[in-house]
Amino acid sequence: MATFRIKRFNPEKQPEPYFEEFQLDIPHGATLLDCMNEIKWTLDGSLSYRMSCRSAICGSCAVKANGHALLACQRQGEHLLQNDDTITLEPLGNMKPIKDLVVDFTPFWDKVNKIKPYLEPKEDPPEKERHQSQEEFRLIDDSSTCIMCGACYSDCNTLEVDDNFLGPAALAKAQRFVGDSRDSKTLQRVRDLSEPGGIWDCTHCAECVERCPKPARPFDRIKEIMTVALEQGVHNNNGARHALSFTNSVKRSGTLDENRIAPESVGIFNISGLIGLIPIGLRMLLKGKIPPIFHKSIEEVDDVKRIFKELDQ
Amino acid sequence: MIEHDVVIVGAGLAGMRCALEVCKELDVAVLTKVYPSRSHSGAAQGGIAASLGNSEPDSWEEHMYDTVKGGDFLNDQDAVEEYVKAAPRVIYELEHMGCVFSRTPEGKIAQRSFGGHSKPRACFSADRTGHAILHALHEQLMKNSKSVKIYNEWYMHSLVVDGDRCNGVIVSNIQTGEVEVIRAKAVVFCTGGYGRVFKITSNAFASTADGVMAAFEVGIPLEDPEFVQFHPSGLYRQGILFSEAARGEGGFLLNGKGERFMEAYAPSRMELAPRDIVARAEQSEMDAGRGVNGEDCIHLDLRHLGEARIMERLPQIRQLGIDFIGVDCVKDPLPIQPTAHYSMGGIPVDMNCHVILDSEGTKMNGFFAAGECACVSVHGGNRLGTNSLLDAVVFGERAGKSVLDYARGKDFGNVNEGREKARVLEKFEDIFQRDGSESYNQIRDEMKEIMMTNCGVFRDEERLKDCIETLKGLRERFKKGKVTDKGKLFNTEIYEIMELGNMLGMAVIIATAALRRQESRGGHFRTDFPKRDDEKFLHHSMVYDSPDGLDIKTKPVVITKYQPAERTY
Repeated sequence: MATFRIKRFNPEKQPEPYFEEFQLDIPHGATLLDCMNEIKWTLDGSLSYRMSCRSAICGSCAVKANGHALLACQRQGEHLLQNDDTITLEPLGNMKPIKDLVVDFTPFWDKVNKIKPYLEPKEDPPEKERHQSQEEFRLIDDSSTCIMCGACYSDCNTLEVDDNFLGPAALAKAQRFVGDSRDSKTLQRVRDLSEPGGIWDCTHCAECVERCPKPARPFDRIKEIMTVALEQGVHNNNGARHALSFTNSVKRSGTLDENRIAPESVGIFNISGLIGLIPIGLRMLLKGKIPPIFHKSIEEVDDVKRIFKELDQ
Repeated sequence: MIEHDVVIVGAGLAGMRCALEVCKELDVAVLTKVYPSRSHSGAAQGGIAASLGNSEPDSWEEHMYDTVKGGDFLNDQDAVEEYVKAAPRVIYELEHMGCVFSRTPEGKIAQRSFGGHSKPRACFSADRTGHAILHALHEQLMKNSKSVKIYNEWYMHSLVVDGDRCNGVIVSNIQTGEVEVIRAKAVVFCTGGYGRVFKITSNAFASTADGVMAAFEVGIPLEDPEFVQFHPSGLYRQGILFSEAARGEGGFLLNGKGERFMEAYAPSRMELAPRDIVARAEQSEMDAGRGVNGEDCIHLDLRHLGEARIMERLPQIRQLGIDFIGVDCVKDPLPIQPTAHYSMGGIPVDMNCHVILDSEGTKMNGFFAAGECACVSVHGGNRLGTNSLLDAVVFGERAGKSVLDYARGKDFGNVNEGREKARVLEKFEDIFQRDGSESYNQIRDEMKEIMMTNCGVFRDEERLKDCIETLKGLRERFKKGKVTDKGKLFNTEIYEIMELGNMLGMAVIIATAALRRQESRGGHFRTDFPKRDDEKFLHHSMVYDSPDGLDIKTKPVVITKYQPAERTY
């Protein structure tokens, strides 16, 4: 007998959420969604959650199970049982709960809308289809598998502290167009995406890749946008400058020159930005955290340089 | 009262394609009980048909003949002709909108083989073609968000009708439970199918006959409801879909003895015969005890295709097998069984998607329908794979154009908001007040079970009569059901109860029409009348509501180019 600990919330009845336990024998082969339906249809009809296709393509049934977002229809109930024979279900994170496991998707879709999620073609269309090579198709193959379930958005560590961040799903959707050989606005797109809240605000934790139920893998897509942004010369922002300073430092010395990376990231001609760094610098000094003034290369720096040379080729 | 020039119910392929047309000139609302990206069109996997001829020479005439033969000559051929002729253009338009397609080495849209099609004409995006088109259309709606208002998670309860004119819909917001009337100059239904009435189905939980029953309740007949398609490759027990593309790419079907049994049923097309024939072959094997391990199960074997081909063309299929039953199709065959998949019948419409009331083509003013909920009829008795996405896109667009022609310059009709709202509020109240002891869940399970066993792949008089009696009993018990959630906020239980009410009504209609059609044609097979009978039944069924129960009339089939012939593969 398994115990389902489900986070219940119904502001019509009580303002605070609480956990309720349900006992259920999980039939062999039952998905988590099957179990939730069994609970709802035989134990408590008031349990609310979204669902539709049952085959991991509509994206409705994303919930948090045992602390992590997933698609309820895609997982076998038995596989989610913890050592104490329980499964804990909660609503997706980073979104406002409406009732039980249902959350408000409005900010999620607002952000998708912000990235101009539609093709801006290069010229008037030909009579038949535009040609696109198989290689060009592959550049957008993965991002186009996104089902907008919100699992990545739920578990994104940046969103937890920064509402302004576009989030992994919207950025993966952006790559769908940045990478599309038929789109004409690549430069404008990567410029917009380099603004605060965009690609450079991602903390690279790759939690979204872990949670993505499809091959969309948002963080991989974010890295692809970063590469295009740098290739297109969109350097005039802290994120790009940080990435370039980081690369240059390693290229030059084989290790990170921490004294340079902060001023180079804000921009060495950005006076107010540099002044803004002073208090942090002072605090670091007081705590004895200032790195050595003279940066030394590592012994094998020639090997590092050779690697870069080969990468350039 | 909310007002829009045009309201479209349903945001799948047909609904969104229609909205893109209407928003060019008029103010349009799209209402969906889920979100556009969650619509069931997105679950379509294998492809969308068009005679592009990108890998082999092809023509609309061949596409038309295949469609008519596949439909067992019940298709209206004037409509089929328009439909297949439009196919290449609408596919190119989707590509121009940005839809992602798999490509040939020259960079053209790739095409693969599919059941019942004599040429490789299924344009595809790996094995998620519906998803690719759904998202491309949704992107276009987001681009046009100033002229299209989307109502996410709203439920349509009823049509507002005044004589022979439709003036709007009564709806409620699932999130808040609030009931509203939307007044409109024209209403378009793109509400999809009703596969959920069967136990084993590929359909989403949302495919529950809401649209067709709302139409039926205001006196509109339903056309050909007895024709339900069973897809040959539903996952064993769960029913979710493994695309026909798996067979299009060369997959085998094996019985319990490891034989490619299609040899005995359709020697020239083997696994790529039309779905009705393959599903019956599977059921016959299982009924004869030749299922895998003697169970109701057949094997879909893809191992000989190799991992590389599977990963390129069928990656989602592989993942579904791994996630849902722990079978990797690269190493082992997938267990499958026939699954209720598509409704060929629906709300009768003319070629321009205008809803009609009788065999003379009398129009219901201001009411249009497109996609699976409508019956044009381009699919006749059995739809070919990849023809449904095409149906949704072609007729979605056509509906949009006819709605513009109809609603341009029209005034709003008179709507008594209070009275209309009260009708639906009473429905809610009625369910909340029931203090019964019956479990809705049990009623639903029993309906699905009897429909599967008695009104499924094989039917006969005795089983159908028994089915109808059982359904009548269930409808009585439905009135004494027990509700637990009486709140207004995101009350999914109350909506499931209303959906169940619609499904029970639909199930009786399907079974009754199946009982009357004493022949076997396309997806409708009577073991007591195993032959097609053109003399008596070469016509569409038109099911009407009447005080004495269901009344079934007929409508002639439009035959232009191809005279009915024996259907062998």
